[in-house]
Amino acid sequence: MSATQPAIALRGVTKRFGAITAVDRLDLEVPAGICLGLLGNNGAGKSTTMRLLTAQAIADEGAVEVLGHALPRESKAARARSGVVPQRDNLDEELTVAQQLEVFARLYRVPRRERDSAIARALELADLAARADTRIDALSGGMRRRLLIARGLVHRPELLLLDEPTVGLDPQVRQELWSLIVTLRDAGTTVVMSTHYIEEAEELADDVAIMARGRVIDRGAPAALVARHAGAEVRELTGDARALAHAETQARALGLPTRRRGPQVAVLRAEGLDGQLGPGRTRPAVLEDVFVSVTGEEAT
Amino acid sequence: MSASSASGAARAASPSPPPPRSAPRRMELRALGGVLHREWVVFTRYWRSTTFSAVVEPTIFLLAFGFGIGALVAEVQGMAYLDFVGTGVVAMAVLFASVFPAMFGTYVKRRFQHTYDGILAAPIDVRELVTAEALWIGVRSGTYGLAPLLVASAFGLRPGWAVLLVPLIGILTGFGFAAMGIFLSSVVPSIDSFGYVISALVTPLFLLAGTFFPLENLPGWVAAGAVVNPLYHTVELVRGAVFGLAGASPLGHVLGLLAFAALMWTAAVVGMRRVLID
Repeated sequence: MSATQPAIALRGVTKRFGAITAVDRLDLEVPAGICLGLLGNNGAGKSTTMRLLTAQAIADEGAVEVLGHALPRESKAARARSGVVPQRDNLDEELTVAQQLEVFARLYRVPRRERDSAIARALELADLAARADTRIDALSGGMRRRLLIARGLVHRPELLLLDEPTVGLDPQVRQELWSLIVTLRDAGTTVVMSTHYIEEAEELADDVAIMARGRVIDRGAPAALVARHAGAEVRELTGDARALAHAETQARALGLPTRRRGPQVAVLRAEGLDGQLGPGRTRPAVLEDVFVSVTGEEAT
Repeated sequence: MSASSASGAARAASPSPPPPRSAPRRMELRALGGVLHREWVVFTRYWRSTTFSAVVEPTIFLLAFGFGIGALVAEVQGMAYLDFVGTGVVAMAVLFASVFPAMFGTYVKRRFQHTYDGILAAPIDVRELVTAEALWIGVRSGTYGLAPLLVASAFGLRPGWAVLLVPLIGILTGFGFAAMGIFLSSVVPSIDSFGYVISALVTPLFLLAGTFFPLENLPGWVAAGAVVNPLYHTVELVRGAVFGLAGASPLGHVLGLLAFAALMWTAAVVGMRRVLID
């Protein structure tokens, strides 16, 4: 892969499952060395996109390149240089932590003389060295998730694909995993992470691609996306249904996007509105405002 | 939207043709080795229970038929009935030790444990995965197939030197039936469906192969149909190896087993690719 070559390039990629189009003419380029967050609700096409990148799904149309290898023809070469952390836990329950890592070190062709050190490094990275001989079925949920990441890193991949890495985990474990991902990102590993947690994308990703209905509908650095779509401030208005409907009409007349948020109406780009449009509070705009604004969907 | 996305949108107006689904033809030994290592490590955890069922069940068949029917029938085809059934049960042991783990084990690993999703994220393709799984089960079942011979030897079976070929016959047979089990696991709608397979396919396979009684006493069409039963060829080869039966020509039987293994391997690869790759 040359210095200017993207780590990932998808061009006009479509994937259908019967009548359902999971990925629809998707274009996506990921430069080497960044962390890209694929942000979208369930069914947006994120997981299918991740499977396309390992050739576990084959595109019906379009071209997929990973680390300079055209998929699916050169998928083994691409997978040898990539690590995958699946959304669904598929660890071998019967094995110990170290045995699992050894199995994958072999599957990833880590040379025999480097295998022990590769396993030790992966254990260290995932903070599982003390659990090396523990059977996987005795690990906590957080440890299992860390082991999944260690397993995907045992061969020092250039590209790490994380599919919903923290789904279903408690906040503390999520924070631990975020630290691990930041460490990898800072070490120069290209990371592609699908998530439906907006704060996760905001925290970890250099670049966020917002997906809906199988397409990337916008992309950019989180702060740039916020500035572009939601401005600096959001005014959250409260009141009865009639007052809120009136405020919405007024905001739109001023060219300001709005979103319904439970018993409130949030007005985007509300800098300088102060008390106009009715009672409420002003807060800084966040990525969630962008997501709702561009997808028309509330985050799940 | 970013510039790269915008330029991509322009390209999307004329979508590329669908990429080829075919994979490179070369099979890598290191890929097979990785999968085989996994199977070996799992086996070291469960070898006692696996070996117990694989050895004890055919031994019970051997003793029950050998002494039960053997008390009524002294000789079959010129050999003591215990010797006849002892060699026949080798084939049954190989069948049971291959087709059952291939069906149930593969199904569980694919549908419930999602083991194959993890393996296929590594540089392994479906052909290598299927080959390694069938090879492992084939070697294991070929080894287990020796158990009935050892038991029969304790009761007087005196095989010739060619008995050393029995593990090879067992491995070839086991590979074919393992591939068949893997294929079946890729087409059944649920794990309960294996009940149909066992009743309608596995049971006739081991009963109508010359394992417990000679086929020539059966109606002509049944005996003729046995030629397409791979296990019949295994039984004939095992008896030929153990007793060095005069006039027995192994080539046709070996070719029959090779053809069966090749056909089932192909079916297993196609079936597993269909369910593992979207």
